Amino acid sequence: MNDKTIPLKCLPLGKKAKVKLLISDGIIRRRMLDLGLIPDTIVEAVQKSPSGDPTAYYIRGAVMALRSEEADKILVEMT
Amino acid sequence: MGLTNQSTGAGVLQNELKLERVTPDDKVIALSGNPNVGKSTVFNSLTGLNQHTGNWPGKTVTNAQGKYRHKDRNFIMVDIPGTYSLMANSVEEEIARDFVCFGDPDAVVVVTDATCLERNLNLVLQTLEITDRVVVCVNLIDEAKRKKISINCEELSKRLGVPAIPTNARSKKGLNELMDAVYAVANKEIPLNPIKITYDEAIEQAIKMLQPKIWQMIDGKINNRWVALKLLDGDETILNSINKYLGFDLLNDIELLDLLNKAKLYLTENGIEPEQLRDKIVSRLVTVAEELSRDTVTFENKQYNGMDRKIDSILTSKVFGLPIMLALLAFVFWLTIEGANLPSSLLADFLFGIEEKLSKLFISFNSPVWLHDILVLGIFRTLAWVVSVMLPPMAIFFPLFTLLEDLGYLPRVAFNLDNFFKKACAHGKQALTMCMGFGCNAAGVIGCRIIDSPRERMIAILTNNFVPCNGRFPTLIAMSIIFIGGAVGGAFQSVVSTLAVTGVVLIGILMTLLVSKILSKTILKGIPSSFTLELPPYRKPQIGRILVRSIFDRTLFVLGRAVAIAAPAGLVIWIMANITVNDISLLTYAADFLDPFGRMLGMDGYIIMAFILGLPANEIVIPIIIMSYMASGTMLELDELEDLRQLLVANGWTWLTGLCVMLFSLMHFPCGTTLWTIKKETQSTKWTFASFAIPTIAGIAVCFIVANAARLLGFA
Repeated sequence: MNDKTIPLKCLPLGKKAKVKLLISDGIIRRRMLDLGLIPDTIVEAVQKSPSGDPTAYYIRGAVMALRSEEADKILVEMT
Repeated sequence: MGLTNQSTGAGVLQNELKLERVTPDDKVIALSGNPNVGKSTVFNSLTGLNQHTGNWPGKTVTNAQGKYRHKDRNFIMVDIPGTYSLMANSVEEEIARDFVCFGDPDAVVVVTDATCLERNLNLVLQTLEITDRVVVCVNLIDEAKRKKISINCEELSKRLGVPAIPTNARSKKGLNELMDAVYAVANKEIPLNPIKITYDEAIEQAIKMLQPKIWQMIDGKINNRWVALKLLDGDETILNSINKYLGFDLLNDIELLDLLNKAKLYLTENGIEPEQLRDKIVSRLVTVAEELSRDTVTFENKQYNGMDRKIDSILTSKVFGLPIMLALLAFVFWLTIEGANLPSSLLADFLFGIEEKLSKLFISFNSPVWLHDILVLGIFRTLAWVVSVMLPPMAIFFPLFTLLEDLGYLPRVAFNLDNFFKKACAHGKQALTMCMGFGCNAAGVIGCRIIDSPRERMIAILTNNFVPCNGRFPTLIAMSIIFIGGAVGGAFQSVVSTLAVTGVVLIGILMTLLVSKILSKTILKGIPSSFTLELPPYRKPQIGRILVRSIFDRTLFVLGRAVAIAAPAGLVIWIMANITVNDISLLTYAADFLDPFGRMLGMDGYIIMAFILGLPANEIVIPIIIMSYMASGTMLELDELEDLRQLLVANGWTWLTGLCVMLFSLMHFPCGTTLWTIKKETQSTKWTFASFAIPTIAGIAVCFIVANAARLLGFA
């Protein structure tokens, strides 16, 4: 992991990043995989909910909202 | 919100499907797809069955079925739950997978969204692992064209090895071709050469170790390669399902168990730990989908969803998100209140006109007076009242609500509210099931199946009743017009009434959150589970379809239910009011008994009795109150709300009574159908009782506090 690796939840709105590692396990990991969040997938943070959480991400052509707890367990690299 | 005659009321209870081919030549077609890809639209267009479509994820929670005829064959189409995957991560995925595996379909149509094909292909590939007989329906092709996305369906078809048909189900485009392809696949008229997904060499080896034995055991009833993969993956749900549908336990077989252990060991030796296997399988599928999409989809405009993002940046913005949501809710109520007045009084005039004719008819037949009184004054008047008061607001409210749904606004509501639900330790999707409750609480309770965590699902079920269903809206609206708006009077009357109804709904939402929080800190302890929510593209609403569906599916259905229940209730009340002991009617005895309790809550005995008698359906609470107040035992002709106001005021009502009726209507035991549904869904008498007690206790407490505070402070 290099310095540019951050949890997805820290990705600023409008920025893109590449998925490096999923650190969740069990059912959450499966969910994330089902969304197509495998390594090297490009993810873009597009919108925050009025209260700041969850955040909507652009993932493989779809817009998915993830809570900060989940987004915290996805490590990405800013591009 | 999926409220249809199938999915509301008692219809929701039949979920185990029995498929009967009328003739042996009939073909069974499973309709699968990601949530929100227009699956239900395809289903409706083909079968003509009134299944309502909404633009939000996870609407179909049980298998609905319909029929169509194409060429010389009958096709039975089964609409299975929309899922992203068939890996049985949730109940819906299990239902979907089980039907594809064990429902013995002659073909599976996987509906995909042309505007985001790549993600959808994941499900296509998973389905192809189970069965060859697949037809891919590339739906929303017009939407894709608008976004300058073009899809080479011929190439896609060639690569997948099964037909891929572009359609636009909303305008019926491509449906003939789709039916042709389904016909050909189901009748085995065209060769299928489905794409073979191969995994790492070690995984392939491990599969080969199990395959022959599985083939021997399940006799080719389901794809043995796929079963082998599931066994390696340690998927217990598939074992349970095989046991349930094929009637044996694979792992009871010592030989297979032995092979499985060897295969797993082989994987470990080759560097694939059990937990890495799933990653590898899924990653492979995602990569194949990515390749397929790269070769068949062209994006001419990279910013193709810019418009959606702009709309989202307003509707879910920090500053405007919540105010816009409230304003929309209030606007819907305002239109309903304003718009319903005139048609209500016209309907009442018309129906009471019929009553006179009916009376004359009875007299001309020389029928006994009691018969006339029971049928005309008891039953017909009740019905006339229910119809004239309920029909107009519903005919306005439902299309408006359906419009918001069709546009794709509801997932944004869930997105906006999620943090509140998270803080209440509840599931984010509870916002969606709560919205379903606005239509019908029983449907809302069924909808809770979209929540996987049993704890959070129970919370959602227990609190669903805190949002008023459409059976309760007429009560809320009538009370707010008469006692809240009426107290202000003048030009602002309808604005004030609107605010009152909106306020009551807000109280309901706050109670939902509060009770969820209390439950998750006490009897349903736990932390919120993971949550992902798709924000689907906004779609152009189909006004015509919305009107037809919301009037026929929802309005008439709900009205029908109200009428069916109000008629016998009218009879019972007429009898109770007309049987007297010592010159006092049974009705008065009962009401007198309940009166002290009612007074404590700011109401009276008749009102409490109306709520109790209204158990079968909330719609009839106000009609019962009115009937009870009639000294003669029948309702007066109430042409308009002003008459109703005079009647209520004459019986001692004040604004406080009106307010307490609104609050108690919002918070009391669920209707009979909802309770029955909760019993079915939770399989527990204890939780059903809890769902009865929780809102009732909350309602009693709130009304008690409000009534006594108002009295102490001298407001009433």
